[in-house]
Amino acid sequence: MSEETKEYAYFLGCITPNRYPGIEAATKKIFNEFGIVTKEMEGASCCPAPGVFGSFDMYTWLPIAARNLAIAEEMGLEIYVTCNGCYGSLQEADHLLKEHPKLKEKVNEILGKAGREYKGTTEVHHSIVILHDVIGLDRLKEKVTKPMKDVNVAIHYGCHFLKPSEVRGHGSSETPNVLEDIVKAIGAKEVMYKDKLMCCGAGGGVRTADTPTALEWTRQKLVSMIEAGADCVIHPCAFCHLQLDRGQYEMNEAFGTSFDLPVLYALQLVGLAMGFSEKELALDQQTTKMPEKLLK
Amino acid sequence: MGTLVEDVIEWGGGVLGEEHMETLMSCVQCGKCTGGCPSGRVTALRTRKLFRMAQEDMREEIFNAPELWFCTTCYTCYERCPKGVKCTDIIRTIRNLAAKAGHMSVPHRKIGVYALKTGHGVPIGPDQMKIRESIGLESQPPTTQKYKEQLEQFQKICKETGFDELIDFDWDKMNLKEAEAKK
Repeated sequence: MSEETKEYAYFLGCITPNRYPGIEAATKKIFNEFGIVTKEMEGASCCPAPGVFGSFDMYTWLPIAARNLAIAEEMGLEIYVTCNGCYGSLQEADHLLKEHPKLKEKVNEILGKAGREYKGTTEVHHSIVILHDVIGLDRLKEKVTKPMKDVNVAIHYGCHFLKPSEVRGHGSSETPNVLEDIVKAIGAKEVMYKDKLMCCGAGGGVRTADTPTALEWTRQKLVSMIEAGADCVIHPCAFCHLQLDRGQYEMNEAFGTSFDLPVLYALQLVGLAMGFSEKELALDQQTTKMPEKLLK
Repeated sequence: MGTLVEDVIEWGGGVLGEEHMETLMSCVQCGKCTGGCPSGRVTALRTRKLFRMAQEDMREEIFNAPELWFCTTCYTCYERCPKGVKCTDIIRTIRNLAAKAGHMSVPHRKIGVYALKTGHGVPIGPDQMKIRESIGLESQPPTTQKYKEQLEQFQKICKETGFDELIDFDWDKMNLKEAEAKK
């Protein structure tokens, strides 16, 4: 990606705009501070979710993803996302269509009927990677006005941010460093916990078909974070946010537990460190509440 | 219809490439997939067993096993397989074949209903619109749910690929056909 790219098409997906718009607000506000212009993708749909629609019918999954890519192509822009599912779907579709010209032809036959064409002229990026690689940690540090001193952060990567690593290209999926670097840059401390790289439990249609099973999985992971002394958990994925945040309410209802571990999209914690308020980032509008330690 | 392995290679190969799917035959039952599988801790999913059953052409047993749908597609097995088996993509392909053969749960088909009605697996509601306004965002994002003509493009693609038929969607009711919707 060119370092000069300052304008991106923001692919919203579903969970970010429709359940946790604070993720959208945080991303737009932070990028704006660093001179990155966000353009809306008019007419974009569900990515569609790679483990859900990709599991039902990959011959539907691919043209729908290609239609979303085509919208950004028409804008002449590269894409950024705030959800691992969107990242997985759009980047995988783009990769497959660029690798296989015959597949591209077939997909364009279908897209043509909807008045669209996929050309292969865009790229798909994750917003967290733009912060890490394009904006850079030095510039981030300069904008930190409220360092997260003494804040213990549990890092949760989710799945499709790192995997499959042959497509994502962020190095080894077993020893990542992107979120770790960001935690350090805002003055916080990472806490190591059991099963750091484990999935949240929601993906692949598991949450949809069997919520209690997905919650048991999440419960195990949250217990490990809490036992390690985490003050909060950060992640790069709107769908993980739903499972980790809303999931705590569901668990407390279903299992009689009393979980209350603050959940933040990584850029929401960055936003707090840059001086944005809890309200501006809609962190007061979700299940888990922010402790004083993060807001001071 | 060939053997299950042949069908996996043909169906998945059409999108992901045949070589990708042929890796199913490289599985030597070492169990590294199952050893690192987070689902396997809390569900009956055993990826090693699933792949052996696939190699043995146990189509009906696999299609009727609820654990086929307990993979979250986390790609841990895919990353770690010492034989380069593209585990997660093979599971997604087997699910495609199961869905085509009528093995698709009602909650999963209902996600499809949301998609056909709004273009989103998770559509927006009035409460979220208020939250959006309170933080200075447009109350409704500029997506398929907002623009009818954009949604129609989405719907056209789904009709073209037969996704509506796959989930037994009734365009008059804009819902699943009645018998299924009650379940």
